[in-house]
Amino acid sequence: MNVQNLIIDLISQSAANVFSTMLGAELGPPEASIEQGVPEVNDGIVSFIGLAGAWAGTGSVVCSPTVACRICSLMLMTDTTSVDADVLDAVAELTNMIVGSVKNDLEPHLGTLGLSIPTVVFGKNFRTKSAGATDWIVVRFPWEGDVLVVKLFLAPAERVPHAVSHMMGQTCPLEV
Amino acid sequence: MESDVLVVDDSAAIRKILQRVLRQTGMAIRTIHEAGDGQEALEVMKSQSVSLVLTDINMPKMDGIQLLGALKSSPQWHKIPVVMITTEGGETKVGEAVRLGAAGYVRKPFTADQIKEKLAGILEPALPL
Repeated sequence: MNVQNLIIDLISQSAANVFSTMLGAELGPPEASIEQGVPEVNDGIVSFIGLAGAWAGTGSVVCSPTVACRICSLMLMTDTTSVDADVLDAVAELTNMIVGSVKNDLEPHLGTLGLSIPTVVFGKNFRTKSAGATDWIVVRFPWEGDVLVVKLFLAPAERVPHAVSHMMGQTCPLEV
Repeated sequence: MESDVLVVDDSAAIRKILQRVLRQTGMAIRTIHEAGDGQEALEVMKSQSVSLVLTDINMPKMDGIQLLGALKSSPQWHKIPVVMITTEGGETKVGEAVRLGAAGYVRKPFTADQIKEKLAGILEPALPL
């Protein structure tokens, strides 16, 4: 099995496991694809977490505000209807657990990987870009009439520049 | 004897979940304190009675491994059991935690039963009403 197929399988298993364990919910069947080129415009919530080691990259969870509120409601056993700090925190932790599990299962194949602290962005009409990330593995899960998307870019470290730019109307290169 | 537990995680969501899970374990727990990182945890410990620490590993400012090291090297706190609750499953960090004297670890995502099982040998059950 190549690394791409392995990552697709691990994302599918990890997301399903996190949803069933922490939310008591079942995701729909995953649909995997590879995304290339210009990053698409986002409306809603995007959460990122960095991976570093012999291989490096970024894991991401993308969802609508409605899905994020539902995740928060199930995780914290509350009735959440608007995006607030708890919602962003719940999505960040979900990202940490999904990408963290994938990281743990990849380590026997790719060597030790470090995991950063997640960052969550909520807004309208924004684009994101990770420097060096060309081929994103994208797994879409239908859930409660909406969709949850998990993305991962991972490549041997020498191919990933040590800079990440976040485009929100402008480019802002940051040292990592 | 009732225990005072300190939950350390940079995620408020996880702290809330652990509060709920701890209250459901049936263990004799008096107080649950919270901290968002290792530094904050040490500040809480200076002013509060703590008999068990549950801590995440990956946190800003001071991570769970550094917190564990600080507690185990302290004459005042070295006997307090520390359980790591973390996404990390690799030998590097979990192995380091065990070497430093962690009482155990639970991997995220976790179930209430996993937390209860891990704490069974550490906390006393609540007395029946």
